[in-house]
Amino acid sequence: MKRFKGFIKKEFYHIFRDRRSLFILFGMPIAQILLFGFAITNEINNVDIAVLDHSKDATTEEIINKISDSKYFSVKQMVDREADIASVFKKGEVKAVLNFEKDFSKNLMKDHKATVQIITDATDPNTANTISNYLNAILQKYQKELNKDITIAYQIVPQTRMVYNPELKSVYMFVPGVMTIILMLVSAMMTSISITREKELGTMEILLVSPLKPIQVIIGKVFPYIFLSIINAVVIVLLSIFIFKMPVQGSLFLLGLESILFIISALALGILISTISATQQTAMMISLMGLMLPVILLSGFIFPITSMPLPLQMISNIIPAKWFIIIIKGIMLKGVGLQYIWKETLILLGMTVFFIALSVKKYKIRLE
Amino acid sequence: MSNEKVIQVEGLTKMFGDFTAVNDITFEVNKGEIFGFLGANGAGKTTAMKMLIGISKPTSGKAKVAGFDVFKHAEDIKKNIGYMSQKFALYDDLTVKENITFFGGIYGLPRKRIKEKSNVLIEELGLEQVANKLVGSLPLGWKQKLSFSVSLLHDPKIVFLDEPTGGVDPITRRQFWEMIYKAANNGTTVFVTTHYMDEAEYCDRVSIMVNGKIEALDTPKKLKEQFKVANMNDVFLKLARG
Repeated sequence: MKRFKGFIKKEFYHIFRDRRSLFILFGMPIAQILLFGFAITNEINNVDIAVLDHSKDATTEEIINKISDSKYFSVKQMVDREADIASVFKKGEVKAVLNFEKDFSKNLMKDHKATVQIITDATDPNTANTISNYLNAILQKYQKELNKDITIAYQIVPQTRMVYNPELKSVYMFVPGVMTIILMLVSAMMTSISITREKELGTMEILLVSPLKPIQVIIGKVFPYIFLSIINAVVIVLLSIFIFKMPVQGSLFLLGLESILFIISALALGILISTISATQQTAMMISLMGLMLPVILLSGFIFPITSMPLPLQMISNIIPAKWFIIIIKGIMLKGVGLQYIWKETLILLGMTVFFIALSVKKYKIRLE
Repeated sequence: MSNEKVIQVEGLTKMFGDFTAVNDITFEVNKGEIFGFLGANGAGKTTAMKMLIGISKPTSGKAKVAGFDVFKHAEDIKKNIGYMSQKFALYDDLTVKENITFFGGIYGLPRKRIKEKSNVLIEELGLEQVANKLVGSLPLGWKQKLSFSVSLLHDPKIVFLDEPTGGVDPITRRQFWEMIYKAANNGTTVFVTTHYMDEAEYCDRVSIMVNGKIEALDTPKKLKEQFKVANMNDVFLKLARG
């Protein structure tokens, strides 16, 4: 036990004396959560649009006012000719142009039908889609106001309620994802680098010749990272509660246990990576390409798994992060208990056991 | 030097697939002896040494180190040997003192003893000024001496040195050999691999490995007589060229 304590102390010296690992450990989580929370967002706010009004009557003016009164849009400029539309888009000044046909009001009164064209800059398809939906919604609402005295014979009234995230805040979606990335990064990449570093320096050989058992060496190497990962998870949850006002509906205790399970599975992956790579650089590349990319792309963090092609959906099943994100979204947003996520927990547990077994086996082979 | 055998090797063999890295070697090392283990790169000396220090399993043969069987009691061997690798492996981001404390700790030395040892060692090596400096900032020669002293911290019966003088200047090499002599005088057996033939002259006995086999084993003096040459370098050249 005393030997073990000395070993842990040494690991902490390594971590605290290396600026790079300190940055990855403590700078990265905070930077990422703030970036994702504030800068990267799916919501639209104050989007600049332009208007080409061929009609210039009371109705179009009313519509334009309604649009610029909403917090989503501000009417930045008026365009006079069709030919100018292309150039305002090219300059990147606006994201959308509204094109009212000639005699808009007159047509609306006479034919009960008038046309307005919505042109959006779809270089960013998601934003373009959102903008056109929001503009549509404003137009619909105006139309309803016009029709309020008239009863339509058949009416379907959809009543939409967004549960678990009524304000549709994107930070609710990013916090679980960022937490997953950070825990994976710290646990898997940092351990694999720290183990391969000992191999590169030749100190691993010295440790293996010493009376320390290989298993003690490995546990000694990963222990500090378990500890630091837990601190990171706590920091992320605190940031999301106090800065982004994201509620944790479920049990914090369960959240903690599930996080520890995920941390251990990532550590086992880190050990596995260290057994197959001889240098720190290789370990880092394998961690980044083999772990981080799948976590970001295939875990359902950013891109919904259900809209992926079937082969990718199948691959996503073998990514531990996918199951962890389902679990923590369940606990944090829906407030569910273990009875709703036992299946995902069991899968994660199974994967963890498998990775540990595999890395122990690989590690033994390497000693031969 | 006594007749007590601290290393006994008989027919030791290591195969990697079809390749025989160490081919049926047999030798003995006496207590307090400086035993030179020579060979060209790839002759199998590092592999043979790894089997003796318990980090590689022999394919066949018998070997006892410090009285313990390498197959059955590798863990007991580890407590009784010291090892210094050719990389002088210490932790660059730990201070001299912290390195000593760490390595003393993993050999299970009591804290008080580590403190005493560490003071003696720092004084002997003249490292008082840099005791609290990071090892990474020390010149190579100092690292080498520190690394050797660290491998002797737990008073091992045998110390294994894997090409301990690679990359250091002749004066430092000379000083290093003085340290080796001192350790041997205190009763520690020294098992050293090297490819510097002048260093072979400093050993009590020398074995020369060629293609996985021990082709010669005797005192440097007798080897020179046997091959009728003036120095160990020529002994080596004659053997290596077949």
